[in-house]
Amino acid sequence: MQQSNIYIIVFSAITTIIIGGLLALASGLLGPTQKKAIEVDTKQQILGAVMEVEEGADILELYTKHISSFVVNYDGEKVEPQDKNGNTVTAERVNIEKEFDKDPEDRYYPVFVFQQDGSDEPDAYILPVYGNGLWDNIWGFIALQTDLETIKGARFAHAGETPGLGARITEIEVQNRFKGKKIYNELGDLVSVSMMKGENNPQDRLDDHHVDGMSGATITANGVTEMLENYFSHYNAFIEKQKNQEISSL
Amino acid sequence: MSVGTAEKPKIKKEAEPLLSKRRKKFVTDPLNDDNPITVQVLGICSALAVTTQLEPTLVMSIAVIFVIVFSNLIISLIRNLVPTRVRIIVQLAVIATLVTLVNEVLKAYYYDMYKLLSVFVGLIITNCIIMGRLEAFALGNKPYDSLLDGMGSGLGYAWIILTVAFFRELLGSGSIFGFKVFEAIGLEVQNNGLMVAPVGAFIILGLIIWVQRTKTGYVEH
Repeated sequence: MQQSNIYIIVFSAITTIIIGGLLALASGLLGPTQKKAIEVDTKQQILGAVMEVEEGADILELYTKHISSFVVNYDGEKVEPQDKNGNTVTAERVNIEKEFDKDPEDRYYPVFVFQQDGSDEPDAYILPVYGNGLWDNIWGFIALQTDLETIKGARFAHAGETPGLGARITEIEVQNRFKGKKIYNELGDLVSVSMMKGENNPQDRLDDHHVDGMSGATITANGVTEMLENYFSHYNAFIEKQKNQEISSL
Repeated sequence: MSVGTAEKPKIKKEAEPLLSKRRKKFVTDPLNDDNPITVQVLGICSALAVTTQLEPTLVMSIAVIFVIVFSNLIISLIRNLVPTRVRIIVQLAVIATLVTLVNEVLKAYYYDMYKLLSVFVGLIITNCIIMGRLEAFALGNKPYDSLLDGMGSGLGYAWIILTVAFFRELLGSGSIFGFKVFEAIGLEVQNNGLMVAPVGAFIILGLIIWVQRTKTGYVEH
């Protein structure tokens, strides 16, 4: 009896239903907690681009204390996008991954402003970036100093880069290579920052617009370069506007 | 837990105590004489991949022990219902379900570890130790025995990868569970980059196997 085809089909069907139900239940129960974990992680990355976040610190509290945010469009104007229920989509809720699939002109661009303790003056502008790595998407947050030219810090993350090679973009040491680099040249043209091929390039080649690459992960490094180039050009209108504002307010 | 080797002959009784000699052997054998990694040489892949640091290794060990114990138990409970022709698929389905559960729980409550380990936790599904135990043991033994057997193999796997991770983290990063040991005692020790690379795991694993086989006298035929 146990070897009959009918038995096998019925057995398989029942097993599938039980397992499917169990997994659906688990996903439903754990969903909200996972969402919160992802939110904390994203905010930690945003903060991480500008400050050292101690382990065990209350990320959400630090975030509300230090970060204010708004959304701009391709032309650098502040906008308040609405979702289909008519609620305003805050910068935190803009889904960079979904925006990435739209044309650059139609995307919404969140801007996170970092303020020091007790100060209302912006200390850094943190811009999210998104792009393609070797195997899957890569993304990150780039903090610019108030001159909107110099990189104050960078955080990268990835979905499926090779551990030990491309996945090294998540290492602090690699991310720190971007500190102090400039995205505009002396003439004021946008040149972005490129990650070079190979590692331990001679110091004289690592100028203001180049950072040392990762050995064995050239395609991921190229992905980072392209991602930065794209997003700095998308934010260019906003950056120019903000710069003029800073100058006129002086 | 005692890691002594039980080499007494098997004794069969009518009403067996919960931890009879025979049953103790299920747990103690895989720890040394029949270790899944060093003797059966299974599960090497994850032993290389996750052992650069102790913390992820510990999480991985717990995940593997959980999956192997419960998949052994479940398969043993339904062993008389499973049609022989689809048994491998059923085993895989049970393992995959448990692994997915572990992954989801990690994602909810231990997100940092999830980011680090997610790929490798997923690969527990293909960890030969687990499939091997289901096929070789759980399909033909009672639930309680299978549970002990799973526990034994899981612990056997765990202590080896934890040992490897201990040396790799100590020599490669100069720390234990992220605590900088050498700095704390004021020693200037250069970190060994080789230990962070997978090659480091091969070397440590090779040394463990060497020491173990010298002691047990195990020879491969």
